[in-house]
Amino acid sequence: MSDDDLDALALLHDPVRRSLYEAVAGRGGEVGRAEAAEAAGVSRTLAGHHLDRLVEAGLLESGFRAPERKGPGSGRPAKVYRRAAAELSVSLPPREYATLGAVLAEVVEELGAEERAEAAARRAGERLGRRVAEPAGSASSGGDPAEAVLRERGYEPYAEDGRLRMRNCPFHALAMEQPLLVCSMNLALCQGLLAGLGDDPDRARLDPRPGECCVTLSKTNGD
Amino acid sequence: MHLAELNLAHLRAPIDSAELAEFVALLEPINDLADRSPGFVWRLKESEEDPTATVQHEYGDHLLVNFSVWESLDALWNYVYRSDHLAVLRRRREWFLRMAEPAMVMWWIPEGTIPTLAEGMARLRRLRTEGPGPEAFTYKDAYDSSEAASLPAAAAARK
Repeated sequence: MSDDDLDALALLHDPVRRSLYEAVAGRGGEVGRAEAAEAAGVSRTLAGHHLDRLVEAGLLESGFRAPERKGPGSGRPAKVYRRAAAELSVSLPPREYATLGAVLAEVVEELGAEERAEAAARRAGERLGRRVAEPAGSASSGGDPAEAVLRERGYEPYAEDGRLRMRNCPFHALAMEQPLLVCSMNLALCQGLLAGLGDDPDRARLDPRPGECCVTLSKTNGD
Repeated sequence: MHLAELNLAHLRAPIDSAELAEFVALLEPINDLADRSPGFVWRLKESEEDPTATVQHEYGDHLLVNFSVWESLDALWNYVYRSDHLAVLRRRREWFLRMAEPAMVMWWIPEGTIPTLAEGMARLRRLRTEGPGPEAFTYKDAYDSSEAASLPAAAAARK
């Protein structure tokens, strides 16, 4: 565990900073100071101060967006913020699964065992889905249970053009090392999850796009 | 600097066989996608008229050659792994044999130049015999263009 990571994450204890971080991260792109301030319900000045603290800590990155109108009176480029690419993690006691995951992924590739890995991911997804489906009786809670589970697991789903897209890849670092294996396993995991929930596994398919998770879901009929 | 990329695939059967028919049918749409992708610069084509014609070469039978130039590592990555190309890649075992040696190599080239296939094959040999370096690398051991640019010219010529 890095002390810097702990210090950075501790900044989010402040409710204003927390809501500013969420406002920026939840947009998936660049967010201006005014927009973030409005989302967090604070003044622009206060928002600017806290946003810059989050940049210093490495939680956000900042840049400048050219004004939309050109010429005199169009003003200065606006400062914008986006979520930093760096991953911060704190685990107590210290735990480190990424290295082992990378080693195992390499073994799968050496063995040419991708199909077995996908089958295992599908089973893992099914177990996960069944565990969620059992206690809640899910149907009564309203909404899309699959979306709720994916949100809980950090995929950050959002609706676009009649599909659910995922802003975040929970396996990002591994997916950069072994994209083909990890994206295929992720799809299998999501399909298994749907099956475990008693839903249609074919709702999930690959539709990769730069900077996002590779899996998308069709919307449920109820939506 | 631009990024040159060469990859080889060992076909399970002759390119005109029934086994490869679905792959051949995908050549046109997937190459179109590459040509339209942000950061695409150039790729080696056998024919301007026939989109299903694969590159002819003297490096062995059943060997499919993909040879292209991109503006950056990210541009190539986003095409290969973050587009509909990924779905085609997932089916590779249906059409290609596993290769024991590295089958893909990248290196940096000055903008406006087009490398030869012979150079690409030499880079791949270098990767296979000496491992990754700024002159011949993979995504797992990538080098950015500044590392390649600072190399003495002699290093690039030593193949």
